[in-house]
Amino acid sequence: MTQRDPRLVLQTSPFLQTGVTTPRIMRDVILAALPTLAAATWNFGVVALLVVGSATAGAVGMEWLTTRKRPDNPLLDGSALLTGLLLGLTLPPGIPLWMAFLGGVVGIGLGKAIWGGLGQNLFNPALIGRAFLQAAFPITLTSWMPNRFHGEQVAGFWRLGEQTLAAPLMRRDVEVVTAATPLGLQKFEGTLTDLGHTVIGTTGGSLGETSAILIVLGGLYLLWRRAFDWRIPAAILGTVVVFVAVLHYGFDASRFPTPWFSLTTGGLLFGTVFMATDPVTSPTSPKGAVIFGVGVGVLVVLIRHFGGLPEGVMYAILLMNTASPLIDRTVQSRVFGRGRKAAS
Amino acid sequence: MQRLPGSGTFSHGVHPDEHKEATEGLPIERMPFVSRFVLPLSQHIGAPCRPVVRPNQRVRRGQLVAEPGGFVSTALHSPVTGRVVGIGPRRHPNGQLVQAIEIEADPLDPQDMPDQSFGDPLTMPVPELIDLVQRGGMVGLGGAAFPSHVKYKLPEGRSARWLVLNGCECEPFLTCDHRVMVEHPDRVLRGIQIVGRLLGVEEAVIGVELNKPDAIEALRHAIEDAGDLVVPTRVQGVKVKYPQGAEKMLIKALFDVEVPAGKLPLDVGMVVNNVGTMAAVADWFDHGRPLVERVITVSGPGVRRPANLLVPIGTPIRAVLEYCDALGPDVQEIVMGGPMMGQPVASLDAPVLKGTSGLLVFTESRDQAMRACIKCGRCLEACAYNLNPSRLGRLARAGRIEEMERYHLMDCMECGACTWACPSRIPLVQLFRSAKGNLRKIKAAAK
Ligand code: SF4
Ligand code: SF4
Repeated sequence: MTQRDPRLVLQTSPFLQTGVTTPRIMRDVILAALPTLAAATWNFGVVALLVVGSATAGAVGMEWLTTRKRPDNPLLDGSALLTGLLLGLTLPPGIPLWMAFLGGVVGIGLGKAIWGGLGQNLFNPALIGRAFLQAAFPITLTSWMPNRFHGEQVAGFWRLGEQTLAAPLMRRDVEVVTAATPLGLQKFEGTLTDLGHTVIGTTGGSLGETSAILIVLGGLYLLWRRAFDWRIPAAILGTVVVFVAVLHYGFDASRFPTPWFSLTTGGLLFGTVFMATDPVTSPTSPKGAVIFGVGVGVLVVLIRHFGGLPEGVMYAILLMNTASPLIDRTVQSRVFGRGRKAAS
Repeated sequence: MQRLPGSGTFSHGVHPDEHKEATEGLPIERMPFVSRFVLPLSQHIGAPCRPVVRPNQRVRRGQLVAEPGGFVSTALHSPVTGRVVGIGPRRHPNGQLVQAIEIEADPLDPQDMPDQSFGDPLTMPVPELIDLVQRGGMVGLGGAAFPSHVKYKLPEGRSARWLVLNGCECEPFLTCDHRVMVEHPDRVLRGIQIVGRLLGVEEAVIGVELNKPDAIEALRHAIEDAGDLVVPTRVQGVKVKYPQGAEKMLIKALFDVEVPAGKLPLDVGMVVNNVGTMAAVADWFDHGRPLVERVITVSGPGVRRPANLLVPIGTPIRAVLEYCDALGPDVQEIVMGGPMMGQPVASLDAPVLKGTSGLLVFTESRDQAMRACIKCGRCLEACAYNLNPSRLGRLARAGRIEEMERYHLMDCMECGACTWACPSRIPLVQLFRSAKGNLRKIKAAAK
């Protein structure tokens, strides 16, 4: 017979726990992405907030719909909010709001809920949402609304895109004014955008991918908070720099850009800091993380410079997402006291 | 002396807040004798001991009250002069009723323990020494309470080259070993000489975490002052990291040697002992004082007067906590031992045992909101054994226990580092403990 003092809690060790919790990690990533959102709002005006808000509403709404009966209340962990925010930041500023919303719904629905919720999914839900939109609306997703500071005159903060408020599924044959992205210019026209613009973010592109400095800042914050595995961004960026440097300096300096251009343009930094580091869809082990990062880096360069698209970060990450379980299964660490190093 | 090859650390592990500030500077204080003492017959690993006293019999402090119940068992002595009031079921800290001897202290007795001697332990024949260690009731004071003489009786044909002393005290809150090293380095060193000579080792090394510079210094002084030693002894600082105090991690940190899975330190020519045990051994051989008291740390957010206490074994937990003003209305949880590997206390009437290194009182409940595993890998980087707790946890929750064995479940030392580190609050080590139990049952049934 066990008798216990009625006021004592009885649990087994350990009786201490780290202060880092899953909701805190999600919150940190959201915080880290906020400067980028602010920059996007500055660069593109209020549409940035509207697009990101729509994507987030779609994601959170879908999460609520699919998990509302679960006792552990996953909505509160913040992961769906994060998915919506990140998805929104990958979208072009001029996208109709209903599409952004739909992207959020699909990202959570197909990217997460059908797998069994947080932790079970193979692909990054935000990228699933983005890939779906890209497949369904290829023109819209590659129409870049110009930066507010692009023309002769600075455009108004409150301006909306031609299609921002378009009704769902209505095709309107409006000439959209589009601006080229630095990567598109480099790839298809051979002109290089000034590095100063790509670093600060006053170029064309998706909402979140234009300001390199603020993304790096977010990354440093996550590093400081230990909210992600630093090996993944280190491996991706290192691989891209080395690979592109070999191409640029070793082969053809006119066809291949400098490593710095590669680093600061397109979705590379954004994808590296915010998408590839998603713990669920990247390998669990430290060694696996390095392999994953190198894989993403190589794929990015291959797609950008040898494939048909100017940008390949999304596909590179999605492809490596599929490889993650395999990497985890193959890369087994040597257990302490077993194998070659164990004294005999 | 040659430098030891170890790098002073092992790979992986965690850094919980140390929480040692409250007690690390407090001198060891003697806890006054209370009126009743409870001595469970099984406070060590192995067979329970057999009472050799009858109810109502008068006993002296330090008198044998129960003899070893076999070789893997040890002796038990009265912590006070008084009267045996009963032998029967009493509360164990885990809440269960166990056989125990209850002794009532004689309030008028001065509670002296006369000195006695058995001859010089540095020249005594080894079998006699081993027998004496058992008669002194010596167990490892680090927490496991394994009878010391069993460890000292090396199997036929085996020998040890090193005696390794564990002064890491890597568990947060605990400072009892720390204080023993600071206040009684000579006794620790004396114990090392006796045990080292018994084992026939060539050298001894005391591993101390670097957060205890005063202990390192005190021990070095004691070694210098001693001059020529029978067993050359050195002190080596090791990195502050949990679980640095696990035997195999300490050996790795000192010698860069990995004890193979399923093997003991003796298989690489080493015997590991806790520093507190050394002091106890010295007291027994030099003064004839058996293991009737020990130093424990009383600390935690619920303790208003934290202390390092020299407590008679058998003192009820309630008395200790009252003495330290720790039984306020806010008490939530009481832990015996360290917060990473200690045991929950179910009954305040249960006594302090030989293996009790601390009593911790917590006032706040932990975050219990278990969430999905996000495969973040923090548990992998916590595990000193390089296991994959994330995968093991998923297998455990899916009930695929037999598969867990392939991922070396049985190597898990249950240190709890993975559980500490998990942001999704998955009770990993708890799952592993029960899976290991089930796996053993499955195997036993298959035989
Ligand atoms: S620490 Fe917890 S959440 Fe992270 S991989 Fe391990 S079990 Fe999963
Ligand atoms: S409890 Fe087991 S699995 Fe967890 S860290 Fe310790 S040894 Fe590794």
